[in-house]
Amino acid sequence: MEVLNTFFVAPFLDMGSDLIFLTEVIIGGMMAGIMYSLVALGFVLIYKASGVFNYAQGAMVLFAALTLVGLMERHVPLVLAIILTMGVMIGLAFLIERYMLRKLVNQAQIILFMAAIGLNFVFEGAGQIAWGSNVKKLDVGIPDKSFEFGGILLNSFDLFAACTAAILVAILALFFQKTPTGRALRAVADDHQAALAVGIPLNTIWVIVWSVAGFVALVAGIMWGGKAGVQFSLVLIALKALPVLILGGFESVPGAIIGGLLIGIFEKISEVYWGPAFGGAIEGWFAYMAALIFLMFRPQGLFGEKIIERV
Amino acid sequence: MFYREAGQFKSSYQADQAIFPIIQDRWFMAIVFVVAYLVIPLIADEYWFQAVLIPFYVFAIAAIGLNILTGYCGQVSLGSGAFMAVGAYATFKLVTGFPELNIIIAFLLSGLFAAAVGMIFGLPSLRIKGFYLAVATLAAQFFILWVFNKVAWFFNYNPSGFITAPPREVFGFLVSGPEAAPVTRYYVSLIFLTIFAFAAKNMARGHLGRAWMAIRDMDVAAEIIGIRPLHTKLLAFGISSFFCGVAGALYIFVWLGSAETEAFDLLNVSFPVLFMIIIGGLGSVLGSILGAGFITILPIFLTNAPPMVGIAISADFAKHLEEIIFGVMIIFFLIVEPAGFNRLWQIAKEKIRKWPFPY
Repeated sequence: MEVLNTFFVAPFLDMGSDLIFLTEVIIGGMMAGIMYSLVALGFVLIYKASGVFNYAQGAMVLFAALTLVGLMERHVPLVLAIILTMGVMIGLAFLIERYMLRKLVNQAQIILFMAAIGLNFVFEGAGQIAWGSNVKKLDVGIPDKSFEFGGILLNSFDLFAACTAAILVAILALFFQKTPTGRALRAVADDHQAALAVGIPLNTIWVIVWSVAGFVALVAGIMWGGKAGVQFSLVLIALKALPVLILGGFESVPGAIIGGLLIGIFEKISEVYWGPAFGGAIEGWFAYMAALIFLMFRPQGLFGEKIIERV
Repeated sequence: MFYREAGQFKSSYQADQAIFPIIQDRWFMAIVFVVAYLVIPLIADEYWFQAVLIPFYVFAIAAIGLNILTGYCGQVSLGSGAFMAVGAYATFKLVTGFPELNIIIAFLLSGLFAAAVGMIFGLPSLRIKGFYLAVATLAAQFFILWVFNKVAWFFNYNPSGFITAPPREVFGFLVSGPEAAPVTRYYVSLIFLTIFAFAAKNMARGHLGRAWMAIRDMDVAAEIIGIRPLHTKLLAFGISSFFCGVAGALYIFVWLGSAETEAFDLLNVSFPVLFMIIIGGLGSVLGSILGAGFITILPIFLTNAPPMVGIAISADFAKHLEEIIFGVMIIFFLIVEPAGFNRLWQIAKEKIRKWPFPY
């Protein structure tokens, strides 16, 4: 009975007793979730267009943030530094396509996954050799203040991150829906061979997709770096994005956003209300467990394509 | 000229189905065994045992285990580190709880514990497939390590959180603990590897292995021809985890001597073991062993090579450079030979067969 009480009754009573605090927890969770979504978005874009489960996305975030900070330390103005970093990411996308993807066409997905992990090592090493491995402060002029709104404590940086994510998603949606390149991207995501047959250059598309993923990584890098400092542990946020991915579905951009929000809220609530009962430090696995249990009922995630098996 | 099956007639099914049907293969294996069991212990020094050979064999067992699951049965798992941890912690509890228990028995028993845990985490594989399953196995990885970190009973309330191998003897030889001779520990890991490799090889070419491969190639079709998916997949998870569990026990008790959960981390164990089977070749026992050798030796080589040729670089720089080279080599290798060392080995055999007149 004692156990039942601590796990199933007490947390809900806590929630009900202080609704404002609960709202704060939920909003905090959504803010954290948006940050996860930013990383998950990069995964989804690349998976859709090139079928690579890009484990290196986390390292790309680190690399982009390191490049940006390194440039700013050399007194390059912010806007120019962002443009230069973007140039570097596009250059890398070009190299990756030329020397990795093109040679690995038609390989099994697990081989591509392994290659992405290899890429992860390269990015980690290269970023730290080029820009040093100590923790750096990234200050892009976003105010980091807390204020009260309707009795609820909010953080301006988090709000800014949420708005950025919303704008980013809107831009991506416009890009995918309205531009010819976007249409080509969707065609490739739908069916490689059919896209090739109607004359869409696959190689160019891959460069574009990896560049877009590089751009998303840069935005994520600015947000995460601004919040927690640019350091090696940024690589590990890839692991935070994985449960978001499987919950939302690998192929779905809205899935990445909604999945991120859900995981963020879930993680915060479990940490605040169930954390003490478990003895703390549960954020490492709780999201995975939640996603796993969810998948038992819906194996393709929230918005993933329905898995149809033919013999 | 020397390596061909011509003239070797089989007069019984038994001879025809032998694990090495060609006499040259048998000779080759005999030479490998002589080198591994007699020559290496004579010439290797302590550094080689501790830094190269013992980890090589221990990881080879884990790689064979993962290859059963991923290579033969097609279920990608990123949780091998956790199953190794189950083996290690179970052994620790067994040998400290029952001091008179033979440690070899403890290794095998903890393999059974790991198998049970593996089967529990294998249950979702019936519904979840592909990368969804791979990410879902990460739940096992993080959850199990968290439990071992959090519940003090598992590490006997040791304030540092470490588990340490106590000294234990088998047939009068000290096999674990800080005093155990490297050569004894070498033999223990080698004997385990030999037995497990043969067991895996035989399972893979028997009824069970065929069922696994059918599930891997197309599980719906396999189900239709009468292979029970639940049964087969769970067996793969169980046997794979058994191998991983024993490897994890050896990892702590024969190689490291003492460790905490950090040693079974995703980046320290699960990913490298996956690298081993991909580089070695999916669905191949020999490939797992070669891949394990490659992945264990490559970092050591990369660390030692620059000073050897007289290039002095700072430790920090060297570490990052190592990462880059490691990553580039993985990608390069996947591009050159995605089917791994096993395929290279087969190509080599094919070449030798026709040598010196390849037409």
